[in-house]
Amino acid sequence: MKKTTFLVSLLMFLTTLVGAQSGTVLINATGATFPAPIYQKWFEAYHAAHSNLQVNYQPLGSGAGIAQLTAGTVDFGASDMPMTDDMIAKLKVKPLHFPTVIGAVVPTYNIPGVSGELKFTQKALVGIYMGTITKWNDPEIANANTGVKLPADDIIVVHRSEGSGTSFIFTDFLSKVSPEWKSKVGAAASPNWPAGLGGKGNDGVMGLVKQTPDSIGYVELIYALSQKIPYGSVQNAAGKFLKADLAGVTAAAAGAAKIMPDDFRVSITNAPGAGSYPISSFTWLLIPSQFQDAAKREAIKGFLNWMLADGQNYNEGLSYAKLPAAVIAKEKKQIAMIQ
Amino acid sequence: MSTATSAIDLAAPPGSGPRVFIRRLRNGDEVAHLITLVFAAAILLITSVMVYELWVRSSLTRSKFGLGFFFSSVWDPVAEQFGAAPFIYGTLVTSLLALAIAVPLGLAAAIFLAELAPRKLSDVIAFLIDLLAAVPSVIYGLLGIFIIVPVMRTVIGPFLKGTLGHVPVVGPLFQGPNYGVGFLTASIVLAIMIVPFIISVSREVLLTVPREQREAALSLGATRWEATWKVVVPWARPGVMGSVFLALARALGETMAVTMVIGNSPKIAASLFAPGYSIAAVIANEFAEASGDAHRSALMELGLVLFLITFILNGCARLLIVATERGGGRPS
Repeated sequence: MKKTTFLVSLLMFLTTLVGAQSGTVLINATGATFPAPIYQKWFEAYHAAHSNLQVNYQPLGSGAGIAQLTAGTVDFGASDMPMTDDMIAKLKVKPLHFPTVIGAVVPTYNIPGVSGELKFTQKALVGIYMGTITKWNDPEIANANTGVKLPADDIIVVHRSEGSGTSFIFTDFLSKVSPEWKSKVGAAASPNWPAGLGGKGNDGVMGLVKQTPDSIGYVELIYALSQKIPYGSVQNAAGKFLKADLAGVTAAAAGAAKIMPDDFRVSITNAPGAGSYPISSFTWLLIPSQFQDAAKREAIKGFLNWMLADGQNYNEGLSYAKLPAAVIAKEKKQIAMIQ
Repeated sequence: MSTATSAIDLAAPPGSGPRVFIRRLRNGDEVAHLITLVFAAAILLITSVMVYELWVRSSLTRSKFGLGFFFSSVWDPVAEQFGAAPFIYGTLVTSLLALAIAVPLGLAAAIFLAELAPRKLSDVIAFLIDLLAAVPSVIYGLLGIFIIVPVMRTVIGPFLKGTLGHVPVVGPLFQGPNYGVGFLTASIVLAIMIVPFIISVSREVLLTVPREQREAALSLGATRWEATWKVVVPWARPGVMGSVFLALARALGETMAVTMVIGNSPKIAASLFAPGYSIAAVIANEFAEASGDAHRSALMELGLVLFLITFILNGCARLLIVATERGGGRPS
């Protein structure tokens, strides 16, 4: 951490030197890896059109984004999970949460002899990851998948080994649908998994699932889409089985927009609505509510306005779901709060 | 200093004075002394700063869990309960097992290259081995995932289960579900990674054994193998030991390759097929996304524990070298 902080400050120092010469505002940001491809695309596209802002975004993880924002080594952070009240209390300048894109997590599996798409009830996913459902032909799985011949083999559970926003979204969903999960394990980037093996990153999980017969894992939707991995559908709050796609993820966000708090710190897993995919989540930019430097403030405001309008057109090309219109309108109001 | 002392030297008080110092500076002694001293001090400084930082940054969990940190096997960042036992176990088991595999292989290869192979062939192979030692560990990890893990699951695992799994004492080591990832796979990958170190250093050491030693043994009627095993190898033992402990240090601290094949599950299991976790792997995996101060502090404390383990093992290494030197073949 010390080293990273030092490097970041060195980088900031150097970029300030360069910035002083060219007249552009240089911003340093750190945070979540999941939205990093779209962020980098946005910052690049915005810089091409508006040469006054250049953002150096380092995808070091949500935890690092929050930690460095707290330490004051970056201008803004980014995170896959909203900051808790305790975390916010440590900051002198209150951060504002700006939802940027929506992501989803999908279950993927490898069962020899089963080629069709499996349906997972909420209880089945909880049971499998809790270690209480241990065979593929367990009634909880079999009853939802009539017509699929499931083997009587042990389920090999795979989860992420490193702390990740993906694990947070997945365990947040499990916590919401199961009080037992909530009390025994909870929602966290790196929880104490009751069962299974850990794979590093989406690639690590996918690698283990592909190589291990009778295994199940979870990966980000964008990863599954880009790698063309088959994945199962999940039962949502309305009881319907949905296979994740970008429209279903936006629907989940729209369903949650009605109950959206003013500070945008909301979890949209298991969101209401027949068309809402249940394991979805916003990812946020964490922008300080006050800037001493007027040029920086205006540049960041300009970027946020652009991101909520033109920026959203880049989303689907990179397999991220668009923000629903209601959320965008609400976020535009929040931009005015940056002083 | 020469005996021809000049008038200037006589004028100055003996053994001190700026002029003497300047002259010695000009000769280079003092400069070399100063520069080497600075570098030596820097190493001391870096080590103490590292220990100090780890110590200070782990204060939260040190005061909360005390010595229990070493013995608890619960690692739950959500409930903020942390124990290092599964990680210490995983680190020691994989490293020592890797040594058990790599030392005989490495030593045999080094003896062949130094004593039996034609010099040209030996040099070519030594060059290739040095290349192997420079391969990034993530490459070994990928090799592990895509080649060793499937072989482990389909060939080696079932074979060991069917044979050694029924043997009374060692049986439990080779029982239970075999996922392909786990302690044994991690040890094999580590062994492959550290063998080049052992071969490379041991070969160099064996080559420095004086010719007379071999000739004396041969002239006394020893066979070539006897001369090698009973005279050359004992002579080179301290150096060979050094290579082994260098390899052990690398195995203890290895992160990437281990985390890719160990299964990343903080549990202590008797079976070598079971998934486990190592200290370096958990620090790398969880640090960036550590959920709170206690979690970060626990990871820092794990760093301290790894430091301690390395320290203790290095101390043992020194003792071992001293002990074997006394009883070894080398004249003192």
